[in-house]
Amino acid sequence: MGKYVLKRVAISLLTLLAILFILFLMLELMPGSPFNDEKLTEAQRILLYAKYGLDQPFFIKFYKYVINMLQGDFGVSYTINKNFAVSVMIAARLPITIKLGFNAIVFGAIVGLLLGIVAAIKHNTWIDTLTVMISTLGVSVPSYVFALGLAYFVGYKLGWFPILYDMSRPAESSVLPSLALSLFTIANVARFTRSEMIDVLGSDYILLAQSKGIKEWKLILSHALRNTLIPIVTIMGPLLVGLLTGSMVVEKIFGIPGIGSLMVNAIQMNDYNVVIAIAFVYSALYIFTMLIVDILYGVIDPRIRITKGAN
Amino acid sequence: MATKDLVQTEFKADDFKFAYDRNAKLIDKTYNSTSYIKDVFSNFAKNKGALIGIVIIVIIVIMAIIGPYFNAHTYKSILIEQASLPPRIPLLENLGIFDGTRNGIDIYLKKGVSDIYYWFGSDTQGRDLFTRVWAGTRVSLIIAVSAVLIDIFIGMIYGLVSGYFGGKVDILMQRIAEILNGIPQLVIVTLLGLILPPGITSIIFALMITGWIGMSRIARAQVLKLKEQEYILASKTLGARDFAIIFKDILPNIFGQIIIMSMFSIPNAIFMEAYLSFVGLGVPAPLASLGSLISEGYKSITVMPYIILSPIIVLALLMLSFNLFADGLRDAFDPKMKQM
Amino acid sequence: MKIKKKRVLSIRDLNISFVTGSGTVNAIRGVRLDLFKGETIAIVGESGSGKSVTVKAIMGILDSNGKIDSGSITFDYEENGVNKSVDLVQMKPKEIRYQISGKKIAMVFQDPMTSLDPTMQIGKQIMEGMIEHEKISKNEARARALELLELVGIDAPTKRLKQYPHQLSGGMRQRVVIAIALACNPDILICDEPTTALDVTIQAKILELIKDIQTKRNISVIYITHDLGVVAKVADYVAVMYAGKIVEKGSIDEIFYDPRHPYTWGLLSSMPDMDTNSQRLFAIAGSPPNLLVTVPGDAFAPRNPYALNIDFRLEPPMFDVGGQHRVSSWLCHPNAPKVEMPEQLKKRIEKMLKEDRDNG
Repeated sequence: MGKYVLKRVAISLLTLLAILFILFLMLELMPGSPFNDEKLTEAQRILLYAKYGLDQPFFIKFYKYVINMLQGDFGVSYTINKNFAVSVMIAARLPITIKLGFNAIVFGAIVGLLLGIVAAIKHNTWIDTLTVMISTLGVSVPSYVFALGLAYFVGYKLGWFPILYDMSRPAESSVLPSLALSLFTIANVARFTRSEMIDVLGSDYILLAQSKGIKEWKLILSHALRNTLIPIVTIMGPLLVGLLTGSMVVEKIFGIPGIGSLMVNAIQMNDYNVVIAIAFVYSALYIFTMLIVDILYGVIDPRIRITKGAN
Repeated sequence: MATKDLVQTEFKADDFKFAYDRNAKLIDKTYNSTSYIKDVFSNFAKNKGALIGIVIIVIIVIMAIIGPYFNAHTYKSILIEQASLPPRIPLLENLGIFDGTRNGIDIYLKKGVSDIYYWFGSDTQGRDLFTRVWAGTRVSLIIAVSAVLIDIFIGMIYGLVSGYFGGKVDILMQRIAEILNGIPQLVIVTLLGLILPPGITSIIFALMITGWIGMSRIARAQVLKLKEQEYILASKTLGARDFAIIFKDILPNIFGQIIIMSMFSIPNAIFMEAYLSFVGLGVPAPLASLGSLISEGYKSITVMPYIILSPIIVLALLMLSFNLFADGLRDAFDPKMKQM
Repeated sequence: MKIKKKRVLSIRDLNISFVTGSGTVNAIRGVRLDLFKGETIAIVGESGSGKSVTVKAIMGILDSNGKIDSGSITFDYEENGVNKSVDLVQMKPKEIRYQISGKKIAMVFQDPMTSLDPTMQIGKQIMEGMIEHEKISKNEARARALELLELVGIDAPTKRLKQYPHQLSGGMRQRVVIAIALACNPDILICDEPTTALDVTIQAKILELIKDIQTKRNISVIYITHDLGVVAKVADYVAVMYAGKIVEKGSIDEIFYDPRHPYTWGLLSSMPDMDTNSQRLFAIAGSPPNLLVTVPGDAFAPRNPYALNIDFRLEPPMFDVGGQHRVSSWLCHPNAPKVEMPEQLKKRIEKMLKEDRDNG
């Protein structure tokens, strides 16, 4: 188990490094980075050069870059908030985005699980077919289509919930965006749970448990559920990516002041430091979450947790 | 049958003669088994969702090819006096829908063009949406399919090389792939979108950079399987086979999986392109793609929702049907019998 | 005078069919079988002959697209001093599972690699049935589980209780499966190919174990197998199944020393023997029939070198050929020509008889 965890951590760190390298390359390649601003005074220029090692060879520059990034020094904004520290801009908005994403995952996972389990138990009935249809729809159609649909019909036409983030009503304002984001999660989780559980329900050990005379619902809870959920790690990747893209678009549509809408702004205004900083934050979040999921997977599955040596 | 019933049974004269010549050997009759391909087809045909999917795909592709030629407008022709017209379709307008009215006012009448029909309406610049939507579909499809095709090519080569050489080369290549896989596709696509000059080729490039990893896995798995079989065979065959023959051995086995994987990758590529457009990194104006149309339409969604409606419906249909089709394909190739 | 043994299970005219995408499959077509207390029956046949389907029906774990069309399965048992008799066919599968399965009739499955839940501790899997059926406390269940592990010959039982299936070898896993089956002291133990997935050396041990427990607890055992070697070791009574019907049944001596049905001849002949002179292994030509199609007559006829014309017209009834021996073949009809078993087989049986005589 320990070896497993170490390996996962090592790969995660390497991936982070790789991302930093790519981001660094981008920064070098992008035209008009703040280091080239003619308006800098000589003193400022010397400071900048020293801090970022701008006239040093490539790898020293990279090294300093990594150190800076890992400490949270993302440079300053160039166009959105001239010379304002990017890290401060992000720090102000990050909690909102995380809250939104968290709501979407939790709500989506619970609903998705229930749907999937029911569909698997009632395999080949109308409930099953309906669930398959809904989840296929939810997985195929991009979340911003839902966001737009919800914003237009429920927000604009019906007026049940505000369509633009209202600071004074944070709870209500997050209903529609959370819903739009969670649909993707619901669809993915439901689809996965259903298909895994159908497989599990057809396995030999379930047959044996049945022959022991164990009641149906107990079978599901004690045997089927754990075996079904263990491989959930396989959908975590696409799920997270979907949430990332979704959050950017959903934040823009509903005017939510999170890092997603900031990213969209930064892209449109060519504020490279901000773009790269947020790209880094997204990547770090992604890698970190995948690492946690991987480790959890090792903990939950006894086949990994306890190696055969314990004989 | 109980022994008593025998009394009632009627026996024929030759009942108790041997049916076969005692010395003849009974030959094994082989049963008529359906070929693998036929099995796949019949499984697929039973899946209604998949059939709907393929039908919709075909319709949309056909429209993407011929749609822009339906009327005299091109995707960039502008008639500013005919801007912002709601959709109006002959025949259907008599039913009260698609009659060119907005909030009860007949806009066509207002603009003095009562004898003209814009099936999907016109946008704020006076361009025909019908033509633009199908031209946009064409662009989106070209981008997606090109990216996926290139990915298949790259992925297969990477996987084949990695699996064929094995050992340290394999380990290294797989580590690299694993790390690259850990980077969210979104980030790479966004960054590339920023630094590359806007245009279709850039988008294709950005998309294909990340999608090949899945294909390489399939190719590598097949090479490894083949290598295992080779070790069991006599070593002289190993020496005699060269790269081309191995390639021929691998291709039919992974064909199915590659097709399924690409059918899933295409909607992903379409989606990524739409996302790029939405954040402003898509195809440059006046070119249209489904994503850029949606992005444009979003700006006037509250006033003129129809502008965003048609491209969104086409996008959703396209992605849905590809997913349904891919699902059906995957189920059809799966030998697991769910019933018996 | 022979003491009349108590009858435990009585199957009459059992017919089971499955609804599939290609049509209805008549998997079981009129099975009649008896099981007595303390006795071991072996049901023998090829894959697809219907052996497993029969026992799954008994346990109420038939596939969801399977249906018992007609017949009866009478189970006689004792509960709290009261003699009970139920017809399992009349009960809904859920009822069978809640009241009988695991409690009075238990099953040992074929593949120990897949029949245990990989994510649940061994101890829990053994105790599960006990707690469900007998409502005993966890401590009591744990104590009994330890006893069971010792009974089936697993070392360090206290440690094993907390282990997971993947930490045990195949043989040990099968012992655990047996322990699970015995948890609630069943009257009948059904073993579906219990040794097929195991090494030959382990096979013998498992068979011994089952026999041992059977004697200790006076359990009746049904063995499902295609391996005649296993049958020879364990069975008192043998039923040979083909295409959903029993074609021959009798005591083990009757079947092994005096087989009458050509299919049984085929089965016995295809057992490899160290003294076999011929260069080739005997195999019955052809494959089992497709049970989707109902063909008149004897299902075995197309592969039967001794088939009579009537075999293609009418299904043969069960003929009583003495003792407990019953054969379903027109060759046993008085009008039928006299047919002897194949030469090779005859020689082999003679040799076996001679060996037995020599060994006393």
